[in-house]
Amino acid sequence: MSLMEIKHLNKSFGGLSAVLDFDFHLDRKELVGLIGPNGAGKTTVFNLITGVYKPDSGSIMFNDKSIAGLAPYTICARGIARTFQNIRLFNNLSVLDNVKIAAHKDVPYGFLSTILRTPGFFKGEAQIEQDALRFLEIFKLDNKKNELAKNLPYGEQRRLEIARAMATKPTLLILDEPAAGMNPQETKELMELIKSIREDFDLTILLIEHDMSLVMGVCERIYVLDYGQIIAEGLPEEIRNNKEVIEAYLGEEVE
Amino acid sequence: MLEFVQQLVNGLSLGAIYALIALGYTMVYGIIMLINFAHGDIMMVGAFVGFYSITLFGTNIVVAMIFAMLACAVLGVVIEKVAYRPLRKSTRIAALITAIGMSLFLEYMTIFLLGPQQKVFPHTAFPLKEYHAMGLLITNKDIFIIVSAIVLMIILQYIIKMTRTGKAMRAVSVDQEAAVLMGISVDKTISITFAIGSALAAAAGVMVGVYYNTINPLMGIIPGLKAFVAAVLGGIGIIPGAMVGGFVMGILETFVSGYGSSLYRDAVAFGVLILILLIKPTGLLGKNTGEKV
Amino acid sequence: MQKLKNNWLKFCGEVLILVALFTVVQYAITAGLLNQYYQINLTSMVINIILAVSLNLINGFTGQLSLGHAGFMAVGAYSAVIMTEMLMQPFAIGLLAACLAAAIAGFIIGVPTLRLKGDYLAIATLAFGEIIRVVLQNIDYVNGPAGVVGISKLTTWPLLFGAMILTILVVVNLINSSYGRAIVSVREDEVAAELMGINTTRYKVIAFVIGAMFAGLAGALYAHFFYIIKPETFNFLKSFDILVMVVLGGLGSTTGAIIAAMFITVLTAALQSFPAIRMILYALILIIVMIYRPQGLMGTKELSRETFGRIWGGRK
Repeated sequence: MSLMEIKHLNKSFGGLSAVLDFDFHLDRKELVGLIGPNGAGKTTVFNLITGVYKPDSGSIMFNDKSIAGLAPYTICARGIARTFQNIRLFNNLSVLDNVKIAAHKDVPYGFLSTILRTPGFFKGEAQIEQDALRFLEIFKLDNKKNELAKNLPYGEQRRLEIARAMATKPTLLILDEPAAGMNPQETKELMELIKSIREDFDLTILLIEHDMSLVMGVCERIYVLDYGQIIAEGLPEEIRNNKEVIEAYLGEEVE
Repeated sequence: MLEFVQQLVNGLSLGAIYALIALGYTMVYGIIMLINFAHGDIMMVGAFVGFYSITLFGTNIVVAMIFAMLACAVLGVVIEKVAYRPLRKSTRIAALITAIGMSLFLEYMTIFLLGPQQKVFPHTAFPLKEYHAMGLLITNKDIFIIVSAIVLMIILQYIIKMTRTGKAMRAVSVDQEAAVLMGISVDKTISITFAIGSALAAAAGVMVGVYYNTINPLMGIIPGLKAFVAAVLGGIGIIPGAMVGGFVMGILETFVSGYGSSLYRDAVAFGVLILILLIKPTGLLGKNTGEKV
Repeated sequence: MQKLKNNWLKFCGEVLILVALFTVVQYAITAGLLNQYYQINLTSMVINIILAVSLNLINGFTGQLSLGHAGFMAVGAYSAVIMTEMLMQPFAIGLLAACLAAAIAGFIIGVPTLRLKGDYLAIATLAFGEIIRVVLQNIDYVNGPAGVVGISKLTTWPLLFGAMILTILVVVNLINSSYGRAIVSVREDEVAAELMGINTTRYKVIAFVIGAMFAGLAGALYAHFFYIIKPETFNFLKSFDILVMVVLGGLGSTTGAIIAAMFITVLTAALQSFPAIRMILYALILIIVMIYRPQGLMGTKELSRETFGRIWGGRK
């Protein structure tokens, strides 16, 4: 069953075409990868999906409703969450607060309750705290809950970003280079994490990655992007042996 | 019709002054993305240096202007080194707040040292001569200001386009890290930018003294703000934009106080600023560059 | 259960301290122990606290540099004065009008301006603050540049104290909630906040409007103590005064804003005869704090119950 359908998506910046005639589909519970050389436009696609950029033309359907051009916070409410290439945590907030913010879009009390400190407020806060702690436990960050996000080691920061995204209770999780800067051991743990959260949370996952071991290891289907256009799409095995893909990454063979 | 052209001519002198100040704002913003709040006050210091040059040392107006330009070039470099350079890696807000502090410092230090009263430029420095041509009134002050401004702008364009320093300035404003890799001394280039911008502001300060006859420690605030609006109007960071913006603001202001109400004259600048920021923040000559996510 | 009882006890303790503070000062005033000089400075201090705490909500917690806070103070002051002196309404109506008018002004200015980023936003707010001043200078109904003279002295210590507590309470309660977290997330990373489902524009405007409202309240209290108001009273130098307090105290610390407001009030009083030196000091504070200790006195830390507990020998 199709979760996301993108047709003829286009985006240029000042005359330079970043994404050209991009077609894409995603079924429920799939784990799909988007790869391509640097500058191919992968993050631009993510930005278009999550509302950071508005498309010049084309359609993006999520759950049979159009999300193209909507504001990012609306798209988040529809069930799409993401992480970033350069980690974008709330640095001066604690690990716990970072995750608590995910709960705000469904905040169980209003302004007046906040100012007047009604029992409803305290109950709501307790609920938010409980939910946030639960997510931290799942991602094994609960022992660091009061640490400032900026003080975490790199690997844990990446995990926190994923935890935070998951706390928004998304249907689709978009990961932008989650393994960047990780050693092989950490990458392996990440692969396990990705597979397990897909199962446990009934999640659909779309990711950008350069680390081929991760891509080949977890993705069920792969799209390859070069100069803003899809040059290949298929199963990992097919992609691995695709001539155009190899050319795009390594350049043309010398005769 | 004649009235219209007369206003236009009047506006040119004012515009020249605004253009010179605006150039300093735009050059600094172009190179380190800082709104140098203290720039208007550098203009004030220039006016005072010119004043004392004439009254204490009896120099003529041109020498006074040169003194002022040299003094303010040094002042600009010192300010950058002491207050802005430590914050180069900080947020722009932090640098802006520091610039506000520097502006207040210059203003009130001048008040503290020289008193808050205004000083009058002696008539002997620039005896007024009026010329009538085609039914229009032009004074030698107008001619001096406009001619000097044009000369300075030509020199600036030459520096920017033809010299290595100019090339370095353009490189640093486009990409600081790459410039370093090319062997350009970023610190030196930024200092030179401040020096040139401040010198131009100083020249404008002397011109203000000549034009309005009086100077006071707080004289830099309002013209500074208007010149900043001019820089934004033309496209902040774009040098020809500052020139265009300056003349537009000067002519606009002259027309508003000539035909409209002089009470709202100052508000015009603020209004223009709000309009630009809301409609086209990159200014008349500017291009759109989005934030990379 | 024990934790709930402890919280109740702490709460009662805090209320007791505030009541004591209020009563001591009230007694001092009624018994004539505080002369004119002290009363003026006490009033200034409370008004500065309200201004600093409200500006800190915008600049410190939401991370939007607003340089036109004095404009909202002016709107509040003039609205209140129009109510009490020209329309002969009771002070309560005047105060309400001040809050409402300032909040509306905050909304009208905030919505277009808060779309801008960083230094552009700052300059735009400065420009709006000045526009308010120029407009007031040209309204004959309030005597333009000469301002309004002879305003009845309706500001009392209970009102000042109440307004101050209200401001602090609203800001602190707001910040320590999910809404507060949303507001701070806007400061930390706007893009990430949006993608977490937070309508950043809405929260910027909310913080702006609330901050403006309390500035208006401060303006109304100011007008009805200091007898005269002129457009010139609320120029950008006044906005910078408040900025100095917020920067010194720590952008993002309500406690810092309060302490800094108190300190600056005392400094202003001490240097009354040397206005130039005072301004030079302010300038140096801005420059030195930004370069050497940008987090100000308190950083983003607050004097909280836990901290009090530690100081007063409670458990760690």
